[in-house]
Amino acid sequence: MNSKIILVNIFRWFLLLFIQILLLRNLSFYSLATPFVYILFLLLLPFKIPNLLLYLIAFATGLTLDAFYDTLGVHTAACVALAFVRISFITVTVNKDNFDEPEPTLGNMGFKWFSIYAILCTFAHHLVVFFLETFRLTEFSYTLLRCLLSAIFTLFLIILIEFIFYNRKAR
Amino acid sequence: MRNLWIFINRYNAFFFFIIFFTIGIYLTVSNNSYQRSVTVNSTNEVVGTAYKNLNVLKKYLNLGDVNDSLAAENAKLKTELLALSSIDSSKNVVVKDTLNKTQYTYLSARVIKNSITLRNNIITINRGTADGIASGMAVISAGKGVVGYIRDVSDHLATIESLLHKDTKVSVTLKKNNALGTLVWGTKNFDYRKAYIKDVPNHFKIALKDTVVTSGFSRFPPGILVGRVSNTGISTGDNFMTIEIDLFNDFSTLQYVYVIKDKLAEEQKALESKLPNEQ
Repeated sequence: MNSKIILVNIFRWFLLLFIQILLLRNLSFYSLATPFVYILFLLLLPFKIPNLLLYLIAFATGLTLDAFYDTLGVHTAACVALAFVRISFITVTVNKDNFDEPEPTLGNMGFKWFSIYAILCTFAHHLVVFFLETFRLTEFSYTLLRCLLSAIFTLFLIILIEFIFYNRKAR
Repeated sequence: MRNLWIFINRYNAFFFFIIFFTIGIYLTVSNNSYQRSVTVNSTNEVVGTAYKNLNVLKKYLNLGDVNDSLAAENAKLKTELLALSSIDSSKNVVVKDTLNKTQYTYLSARVIKNSITLRNNIITINRGTADGIASGMAVISAGKGVVGYIRDVSDHLATIESLLHKDTKVSVTLKKNNALGTLVWGTKNFDYRKAYIKDVPNHFKIALKDTVVTSGFSRFPPGILVGRVSNTGISTGDNFMTIEIDLFNDFSTLQYVYVIKDKLAEEQKALESKLPNEQ
């Protein structure tokens, strides 16, 4: 069971980063919205993962993407911020003691919980990405607009992917 | 001491966040500065090879366009050659200006990675220090237009700070009235076909459709085509105006570029460093 979770996550990591780097890197909507769907990997890591390991994985994922995007540090910081929001949200909303769901997927947790979870994490990630990338406050409103539209684009794709691979747990 | 440990352990998520986030910010800042020590980018062996292999497949898709642009450039060069050879050299005094003629040498390179969707776009090419490329050299495209400056170089790869980058500035001039300005990208929108000329004095009358060329004051040779004026009425409220231009260069289909080696660059730098420091 345990090794199966690890294998699935490794496969997911490669698949999502491949899609991000080969396909979505060239995609943008009127130079305003660019999707970063690879964060779905960090969203779907199992509940029981230790905090330190989660941060290390987030750091490594961000660094890998930075190497391919030539934006050293931007996605690294953003993924770490996402990890923090993820931990905070899960601590507040989920009681870990009497709980046996392995992963926070749409099928396991229901649409309402998952959508709030995805919205918070995506916005945290995108805010850091766009403001660190621009790195100046003179373009504040325009950067915020790009951030907002990109987050909506990313969320749309994430929820679409989750519905495609939707499998409701038999209760 | 034990209480402190318990406290840290209880809020470990927050402390880990502080540590890792600081590292991330540090990497970003160090990457923005001119002296970069860490090279986790596409001049890296692994990333570069991945993009190279990908590009082998991709370059076949644009073969037609590349052929057309090369043929057009050939025709243009042939016309220039014809104009030169029609000068009756027997009547003219021969002036051997070998220094100026060979000030710039061109080296062709293939684009293996490009992006146009970000705020700061970086292009990777398949030439490196082995071909004599150094950081700071100017790059133009095979058709027409400026591309950017060389940023990081490894043995066989180099990254270009594209014109579509917040730090790239090129000194340009307008053909009709020789007004000087600074070419930048992304102040108003992030359309890869548009750029802006800043710091043009207000008293110039700017004509629509006027051609913009490089002035030769930055690292580009003078007279390289950049674009065409498309909007003149952007006022900034002070003594300078901003002009919107359409770029000749299509960054989305960039395939081959020329890296320009300036033989006098070192000499000029050494000379200008003797001036009292202005920055």
